Amino acid sequence: MSKSAGAPKVSTLADLFGIAYQIEIDAVERYKMLAEQMETHNNPEMVNVFRDLARAEGIHAEEIRRQAGPIDVVAHALRVGRWSKGESPEEVDLGAAHYMMTPWHALQMALVGEERALAFFTHIVDTAKDPKVKQMAAEFVEEEAEHVNLVHRLLRKYPAPSESWPHDPDPPIAQE
Amino acid sequence: MEELRLTADTQLACKPGDYRSDVKPVWCPGCGDYHVLMAFTRAFAQLGVPPEQIAVISGIGCSSRIPAYTNCYGFHGVHGRSLALAAGLKVTRPDLTVVVASGDGDGYSIGGNHFLHACRRNIDITYVVMDNRVYGMTKGQPSPTTEPDFDTAISPGGTGLSPFHPLVAALASGANFIARCFAGEPNETAAMLVEAIRHPGFSFVEILSPCVTYRPDQKQWKDLVHPAPVAPTNDPAKAARRIMTDDGFNIGILYRGERRPYQPKFAPQSLDPSVLEQEFEI
Amino acid sequence: MTEAQNLSIAIVGSGGAGALTSGNLLLEAATAAGWYGLLTRTVGPQIRGGEAAALIRLASRPVECLADRFDLLIGIDWLNADRFGAEIQIGPHSLVISDPRGGELPAFVQNSGARVVDVPLKEMAKSIPEGRPNMIALGVVAKLVGLNEDVFAALIEKRLAEKGKVSAQASRAALEAGFAAAGAIEFDRHLAAPVAAKKRWLASGNETTGLGAIRGGIRFAAAYPITPASEILEWLAPRLAKVGGVLLQAEDELASINMIIGASFGGTPALTATSGPGLSLMIEALGLATAAEIPIVVVDVMRGGPSTGIPTKSEQADLNIAIYGFHGDAPHLVLAPQSVGDCLFTTQWATYLAEALQAPAIVLSDQFLGQTVAAIERPADVAFIGERIRHTATNAPYRRYALAANGISPMAIPGMPGAQYTAEGLTHSERGTPTSGAAEHRVQLDKRRDKLEQFAFGDHWATMEGTGEIAIVTWGSLTGAVREAIELAGRDGIAVRLVAPRLLLPVQNARFAAALDGVKRILVVEQSHGGQFYRYLRAHYDLPGQTRVLHRPGPFPIRPSEIHQEITAWRN
Repeated sequence: MSKSAGAPKVSTLADLFGIAYQIEIDAVERYKMLAEQMETHNNPEMVNVFRDLARAEGIHAEEIRRQAGPIDVVAHALRVGRWSKGESPEEVDLGAAHYMMTPWHALQMALVGEERALAFFTHIVDTAKDPKVKQMAAEFVEEEAEHVNLVHRLLRKYPAPSESWPHDPDPPIAQE
Repeated sequence: MEELRLTADTQLACKPGDYRSDVKPVWCPGCGDYHVLMAFTRAFAQLGVPPEQIAVISGIGCSSRIPAYTNCYGFHGVHGRSLALAAGLKVTRPDLTVVVASGDGDGYSIGGNHFLHACRRNIDITYVVMDNRVYGMTKGQPSPTTEPDFDTAISPGGTGLSPFHPLVAALASGANFIARCFAGEPNETAAMLVEAIRHPGFSFVEILSPCVTYRPDQKQWKDLVHPAPVAPTNDPAKAARRIMTDDGFNIGILYRGERRPYQPKFAPQSLDPSVLEQEFEI
Repeated sequence: MTEAQNLSIAIVGSGGAGALTSGNLLLEAATAAGWYGLLTRTVGPQIRGGEAAALIRLASRPVECLADRFDLLIGIDWLNADRFGAEIQIGPHSLVISDPRGGELPAFVQNSGARVVDVPLKEMAKSIPEGRPNMIALGVVAKLVGLNEDVFAALIEKRLAEKGKVSAQASRAALEAGFAAAGAIEFDRHLAAPVAAKKRWLASGNETTGLGAIRGGIRFAAAYPITPASEILEWLAPRLAKVGGVLLQAEDELASINMIIGASFGGTPALTATSGPGLSLMIEALGLATAAEIPIVVVDVMRGGPSTGIPTKSEQADLNIAIYGFHGDAPHLVLAPQSVGDCLFTTQWATYLAEALQAPAIVLSDQFLGQTVAAIERPADVAFIGERIRHTATNAPYRRYALAANGISPMAIPGMPGAQYTAEGLTHSERGTPTSGAAEHRVQLDKRRDKLEQFAFGDHWATMEGTGEIAIVTWGSLTGAVREAIELAGRDGIAVRLVAPRLLLPVQNARFAAALDGVKRILVVEQSHGGQFYRYLRAHYDLPGQTRVLHRPGPFPIRPSEIHQEITAWRN
């Protein structure tokens, strides 16, 4: 099932900015959520990684808001609506988290997110009727492509963990 | 369900964040219940009901921790009895939106009896069971929906018992709305919850919610779930036939019934209690 | 002819004879004519057609227990009636009316020395179209004790009206035949003329329990039937609806207790009624109500135990579970009514206390109180209406379990904006967040204990009567019998005090000590095999001087003469 099947409809430039903004905001929320989970589960390295990712997405969101100029991106995001099938592209998979995960894992999650965003904007370029929308979408495609590359660069710094990465010598605790 | 008179403004004004408390969940990272929590807050925002008019009632288990993570009124009760708490609450406070949260152990094992009668009673509440086919809170024992060959310390080699079929039980017992969702699809799940809550009578939504700690094999679920091959029906017989082909991963609404919800009518003008003594007077 | 201050009559019959119907009519007629009285019944195990005995005591002032012996026993038939021998004490002073075609006289009648007079009830009934032997028996008894026909006329109309005129006519004819037959029988006592009676009611303890609940503010009940409590719920079902409340039948006691907790959480004072086995099932949720500080009332109409026990008989053996049954340290309220009329007050008061203290209240009634129908003075109106302290809006974030001087935290009701919280069975902080912290655990334990201990319960905590160096300490349905025993002792010149706690938990140490000031001997009277009440007193109170215990399990109540004998024996 193609992800675009449940994607919100983007007709105007305002829609595009709204959705692009929402994608980043959703990502901020997602990474913050993960940072919190890592904090509760005592993985401080990952707290920082997710906070950094959240911050980065927040910067992207702000850039989009600036680029939008007079367009009220928030209002348009609400009007355009949410994904009805699947999640917004950069809402990384919560199911892939683990309390002993490493930065490599987070970057893999981020990579998937950025690639999905790239695919989403590419689809808009391919299908949009409005030339302004096409043009702006193309810019977003470039942005996302850069993000993908960035993640790849970061991945070179963080090696894949060994197979025993989830090994916890302590057994799980029954809480109730 | 009481008609929610909402304007577009009210609806837009409600954000999922409004329904989230500041309490940090203790669920294991990777737990499906994080997605369920998101589905709840998104659904409540879509419904536009103010958080103070929603009550989330639960029992005991990982899924039952959810009330405190919302900004609604909540009740974290004892194991298996959330449906009874909810019945007493809804019947006396029909103005509230009552959502019950449970798990496969809390809901289908110790809560099994109350499940049958809640379906039958058809009070206008919504029952959400986060099914991960294991007892997560108590370290991984089999639950009524666990596969018969799942090896555990308490049942070495597996229980050998046929799993319980909650949708079948719900249909047979008279639930008015029956659906299955997957936690990994929180937006679809939110939309389903909105429909379930709006549907009058007892609505039952089973959410397949993987347990990252005790059922790492459930990572496969995202590849096993699929939209139900047949459309929802309001005919229990059709629903019964459809469920015979259910592989446990049909996602969607099975049944939307038309039974009238149970809500005792409150006397419009109640008598003064002193009237009641007349029957004793000699 | 003696004018008796009270008379005891037993009507026995089986297989659809209608002994209990006659008994009820006798009591209704007598009370309509101005007397007081009560009726209990004892039955065989069959649902229909079984042997049954109506045990009636009529008196010129309120009575709260059966007398020591029966003046009059009438057998519509004697099938399986030997079962009742231990409960129907008759002797040479008694008159037995027997239908010669009603089967062999039971051994306990033959051996009693009582005078037996034959009246051919069945034969007489046959000569009246649709005549019934039990109505003839009723006529005989009514005439012998001194009732007139006219008091029955209106009653028959009222009671049998729905069955059609023929039945009412037949009943009247049968009654008249019975009255006529009694003319030939010598009976040396009848009831003294009644004094001008105050406003009186005729009701069972289960009914007054229901009314007490409604007066106290209960507007939701969850019901799972169990003998001998079902009548409370059946009485409440239509009447709660009339006063704007609702009753929901539950699938089991686990559901009913949780339903009332849910309703109370939503702001509606709520109650359920059960017996021992049901109370056992409810214990876990009672602990939840304690920990989450949710007011509820649970009436336990005690019956013979343990386990399934004797469902149709009374006993006072659920004290242990009511007080000590909760896991963890879970202070709560336990109360016990002392008479049919007191069931109303105690249930009402329990509702008030539960709401005020945000705690569960267990009301220990019993089968004797619950299923005895008695003529009582109209219970006074009391101003105890359950009303919990509600949270009012403030700027500070709401803390459901906030510490307070009196330990009672204002309760937010769902629907109130800005005060959302999650009620919690897990140990929690003031805010209600689960915690395993030592300080928070301690703080909340102290709070829940202190809120009860600091409360001013007032004088209703116990019944205290009389002076003297001997005191009888009892509780519940035995209070009436103890009171009569004390009267008997008084006539012998022995001064005896009565102390009967109505509030069993929290314990009232200072007041109990004051009540027993000067007492040198204590007789504890209770209906349990293990002496539960005695052990409770020993555990929580200092008992001055010497203590003796008169205790036995059900199924039979302890009678005034037995208690009187104990006092007399001890005096010497």
